[in-house]
Amino acid sequence: MSPFVILFASIFTNNMILSNFLGMCSFIAVSNEVKTSMSLGQAVTFVLTITTALNWIVYHQILVPLELEIYSFIVFIIVIAASVQLIEMIIDRYLPNLYYALGIFLPLITVNCAILGVSLFMVIREYQFIQSVVFGIGSGLGWLMAITVLAGIRQRIARNPIPEGLKGAGITIIITGLMALAFIGMSGIVNMS
Amino acid sequence: MDYLELAKTVGILTGISGGLALLMSIAQNTIGNYGEKEITINGEKKLIMDGGDTLLAGLIDNEVFLPSACGGKGTCGYCKCKVLSGGGQLLATETGLVTPEEAAEGIRLSCQLKVKEDIQIEIPQEYLDLKQWETVAYRIDDVTPTIKRVFLRLPEGEEINFKPGQYVQILAPEYQGNDEEVYRAYSIASSPSKKDEIELLIGYIPEGIATTYVHQHLKEGDTLNIIGPFGHFFYQDTDKPMIFVGSGTGIAPNLSILRYMQENDIQRPGIFLSAGRKIEDLPMKEEIDAIAADLPNIKMIWSVTGADPGTWDGPTEWVTDGLKKLVDDAKDSEAYLCGSPVTIEQIVDVLTEKGMTEDEIFYDKFQ
Repeated sequence: MSPFVILFASIFTNNMILSNFLGMCSFIAVSNEVKTSMSLGQAVTFVLTITTALNWIVYHQILVPLELEIYSFIVFIIVIAASVQLIEMIIDRYLPNLYYALGIFLPLITVNCAILGVSLFMVIREYQFIQSVVFGIGSGLGWLMAITVLAGIRQRIARNPIPEGLKGAGITIIITGLMALAFIGMSGIVNMS
Repeated sequence: MDYLELAKTVGILTGISGGLALLMSIAQNTIGNYGEKEITINGEKKLIMDGGDTLLAGLIDNEVFLPSACGGKGTCGYCKCKVLSGGGQLLATETGLVTPEEAAEGIRLSCQLKVKEDIQIEIPQEYLDLKQWETVAYRIDDVTPTIKRVFLRLPEGEEINFKPGQYVQILAPEYQGNDEEVYRAYSIASSPSKKDEIELLIGYIPEGIATTYVHQHLKEGDTLNIIGPFGHFFYQDTDKPMIFVGSGTGIAPNLSILRYMQENDIQRPGIFLSAGRKIEDLPMKEEIDAIAADLPNIKMIWSVTGADPGTWDGPTEWVTDGLKKLVDDAKDSEAYLCGSPVTIEQIVDVLTEKGMTEDEIFYDKFQ
């Protein structure tokens, strides 16, 4: 599968949130404002790209030769946690502007299951290195797009008369469902399950 | 199972995680190490903390306690303080709780702000008076079937300075059936002139972590950690007529105020309402009546809503109805209310109807 197809598919037809429902926690919690959502989405894209690349190397250079593939779950989690922490420390120290834009979101993202999900899909779908990195970038951009759209919708409906019991998370999940339905419309273009 | 295989697997996985852990701790000590930084509070008090930590953590290490309910997750907004210099710019994780007006004044969330250079902050003096003590519960009395009166003695030579009406938080430790330490707030019932010990009234709430601990596990002679004093509910130094309302444990802060007035011979007019379902539900009635005897301008109104026939000849209505009947014009009065949020809202409605403004009504909602 060409990297371009993977990029397109992971943004539109196989979106991490809208078709796999991964990374819902921060998706629901941090989608109040478009500006914050975009920063979080950028941070997710950044982390996804780096961790997918790292995990590909760890998987193919360490786990496969040693026949320890079944431990990929644990190892991926450790690698993600350590690399995100390390990146945060480096940005915090040397790139203050980037820290204000992205850095503070990094601890939030460490435990985002979309990050682990992408690494696991990369293994299941047997991607090569370039494909994996593109898949990471695409999934991140897809997440960024979904959360920005959601935040836009939430800002617009902020003053609408929503039934008491559905305010907050309830209506947000319904909106997410409707968005997912809309995106299913595109699944005929390309499908990579 | 091949033991060699097992050992190899364990070894490799340990190697991977150990290597990363080593890398992390090297990074922590090089990249993440900002050295020691100085915090200057209100221009006078200077503290030293480890750079790279959050401001809140640095203050706690130095035993300066800002209120914090969420544990540093940036969701409650209680740990706000004013940063004069050295805090960097406002972070996106703070914008939800710090309004643009506050941001312009330099208000920050201390749990989000990482200290990377010497920093100057301003915090209210009352937080500097906050302290933590290991007290001894030297006496525990039953004052009603569901309320215990707990006497706590501070360590030798220590003093607590509080305003009558304020509260402390007690730390309920782990016990069988409870596996987390929690802080819970209780109003101080004793007079502020007693600085080496305090009294708390603690009601029993089924499944309440702290109340269960106090009612079922705490014995006379046990230690109990407290932190305080807290709260904006306290005696106001004016000469307006006073309206006190508090039932059950809600009597505690008003009792502290009464004792303070008794000791200082403050003779302001007022009424003091407290209600219970049964006669035995009125906590410390005789003792409070004795204090009120020295305050002839304060009219005590005890009311029992469900007394057994023939045992009670006083008022029988609930405090809100009592207020409606007793108070004609509450304009230019001061109200001190303690109790559940629902009761307080009802009382506030009655009092505003009677002409009081919101800034004359002080209340302490017991959650």
